[in-house]
Amino acid sequence: MAKQLGRDQQGITLRGSAEIVAEFFSYGINSILYQRGIYPPETFTRVQKYGLTLLVTTDPELKSYLNNVVEQMREWLYKCIVQRLVVVISSIENSEVLERWQFDIECDKTAKEESAPREKSQKAIQDEIRSVIRQITATVTFLPLLETACAFDLLIYTDKDLAVPEKWEESGPQFIANSEEVRLRSFTTTIHKVNSTVAYKKDSFP
Amino acid sequence: AQFVFEAALHGLLKLDTPIPNAPLARWQRKAKESGGPVPSPATALSPMKPANRSHSSSKTPSKTPGKSGSKIQNTPTKAGGDRYIPNRSTMQMEMANFLLTKENDPAEESPTKKEQQKAWAVNLNGFDIEEAKILRLSGKPQNAPEGYQNNLKVLYSQNMTPGSSRKNGRYIPSMPERILDAPDIRNDYYLNLIDWSSRNFLAVALDNSVYLWNHTTGEIIQLLQMEHPDDYVSSVSWIKEGNYLAVGTSNAEVQLWDIQQQKRLRNMTSHSSRVGSLSWNSYILSSGARTGHIHHHDVRVAEHHVATLAGHTQEVCGLKWSPDGRYLASGGNDNLVNIWPCTQGDSGEFAPVQTFTQHQGAVKAVAWCPWQSNVLATGGGTSDRHIRIWNVCSGSCLSAVDAHSQVCSILWSTNYKEFISGHGFAQNQLVIWKYPTMAKVTELRGHTARVLNLTMSPDGATVASAAADETLRLWCCFEMDPIKKKEKEKANSAKSSIIHQGIR
Repeated sequence: MAKQLGRDQQGITLRGSAEIVAEFFSYGINSILYQRGIYPPETFTRVQKYGLTLLVTTDPELKSYLNNVVEQMREWLYKCIVQRLVVVISSIENSEVLERWQFDIECDKTAKEESAPREKSQKAIQDEIRSVIRQITATVTFLPLLETACAFDLLIYTDKDLAVPEKWEESGPQFIANSEEVRLRSFTTTIHKVNSTVAYKKDSFP
Repeated sequence: AQFVFEAALHGLLKLDTPIPNAPLARWQRKAKESGGPVPSPATALSPMKPANRSHSSSKTPSKTPGKSGSKIQNTPTKAGGDRYIPNRSTMQMEMANFLLTKENDPAEESPTKKEQQKAWAVNLNGFDIEEAKILRLSGKPQNAPEGYQNNLKVLYSQNMTPGSSRKNGRYIPSMPERILDAPDIRNDYYLNLIDWSSRNFLAVALDNSVYLWNHTTGEIIQLLQMEHPDDYVSSVSWIKEGNYLAVGTSNAEVQLWDIQQQKRLRNMTSHSSRVGSLSWNSYILSSGARTGHIHHHDVRVAEHHVATLAGHTQEVCGLKWSPDGRYLASGGNDNLVNIWPCTQGDSGEFAPVQTFTQHQGAVKAVAWCPWQSNVLATGGGTSDRHIRIWNVCSGSCLSAVDAHSQVCSILWSTNYKEFISGHGFAQNQLVIWKYPTMAKVTELRGHTARVLNLTMSPDGATVASAAADETLRLWCCFEMDPIKKKEKEKANSAKSSIIHQGIR
């Protein structure tokens, strides 16, 4: 049984790594929702995390929806069966996919058997996560404005033989037809590595 | 029956009937291709596709995940032509060569091909896409309320606001008093290219030269030009007395120039990247570089580099000493604001007494309040667009206001309890705010591209703005009422005479 990760300990265990990555997704998704204007900015509040001031939602329904996902992610990350998390932003009126934020997860499966924690300082991981989140914030300088009201969807790519838990359903990949893509930074906990990219619909005029 | 056979034989032997089942003639094939839609499913499969620009998207072989599609690339078609005109730039020589020289029949998928494709898919995606299941959490969360317009457009730009109903206390001309040409000014948000001296000289850095404009006489002097054509001036700052000008360059030098003699006094090298920001504190010159380091230079001694402050991980674009010289405020591209003390701590190292992380964008606009000590105003870049007022002793944010546009510079007025901020997209305006109510006094429009820097005249009446539209505009926005001016001067002189009397 992997041990719980103490905050001051240097070692990273599988469970600790799953926790770190799941937490990153929670704050990352909140940042995306704020920066892209999916929900009114007044419904977000500031919290301190990773040495940054981040914006998280205060809307209770949205909060519980995100918590569900993060809980599930944490479990699947621990079992190393999740490969990708995608945030799809689509227009409400015509369901056209406008933006697609993709987070690829590479899991080192050998960590399952090991019991000794890996060496990587919390601070180093925090610094890497901080860079990714700052990049997400900075993408606003080149992503096209979302003119219409949009909704978001969360897709998770898992192993084929996984039993679909209740509340989840199967879905298609929801790609963007004519897209431009930008790779963002990645971070690693030595057990999980997360690569981020954002794809957006190319503007119709040159 | 035999006639049927004969007819068939004749048909076969005759060469002028259309051959059934023959491959289409080239022109027919092309016509068909240009007519039919190119059936490639969304090729945005991210891990594989390099982030290349638009013109390559229709020509790169689209590797559809796990799909056993044909690998033959559709060549770009010319509309309806029956003569094929080759276009060398769009041809793929290697692809064509490969297709011509390979031996297997591409139409039929051999089992090894399938294996190969699968192996590629696994390699590139990190897992076998066929084997992955895509799950979606059902029960969509409540969408934003009905009336909510996606306000990104409002978030990142601002429309003309109707004029405020309350009349302004004073008249502020909406047109600039003067417009100066600033050709080749670098459109780089992170540089600080203008400064106004106490002797009424406006220094402007245009790419690799620095020009001085004398406000009183209107004459222009070219002070310096960089030797290397690829180098440029990245920051300028006048010493308080106005006789020396510090110049930061792209090749990491900090130069000190004497204006009277138009000669370079010193060339201080200690940085390893361009010096984008400078600030004076009597004889100490602080410089901020692209690496995030801030160096203190004592310009009187040979060993000028007396201290290093490491508090930023990205370019230091905002740097200002407080008027009393106790604190140095620095803003960086890492969205942090650091407040540094003027003396070292116990360990001998400089450490910030405050660090503010609330800005969500680069902090270039940094300005200390001249009439209230320890009050600092900061403004964030495109991702943030907020102006924040801080008390640096307590570390609290006194107020924050959304300016709806990238903030490049903030200046406090010495004549009124107001401050002015310079902005970018979409209106490129200067906004004057009342302090501490944070009400907008007025907006000054005119620039046709984003404002890059602001600086104030020594009498505090005029603000000069440099913008990416290659102009400098001088706005008379803080002109003192002549009656009030006389009162102020009287008050000042009265004070000194009282002191005089006291000493008797």
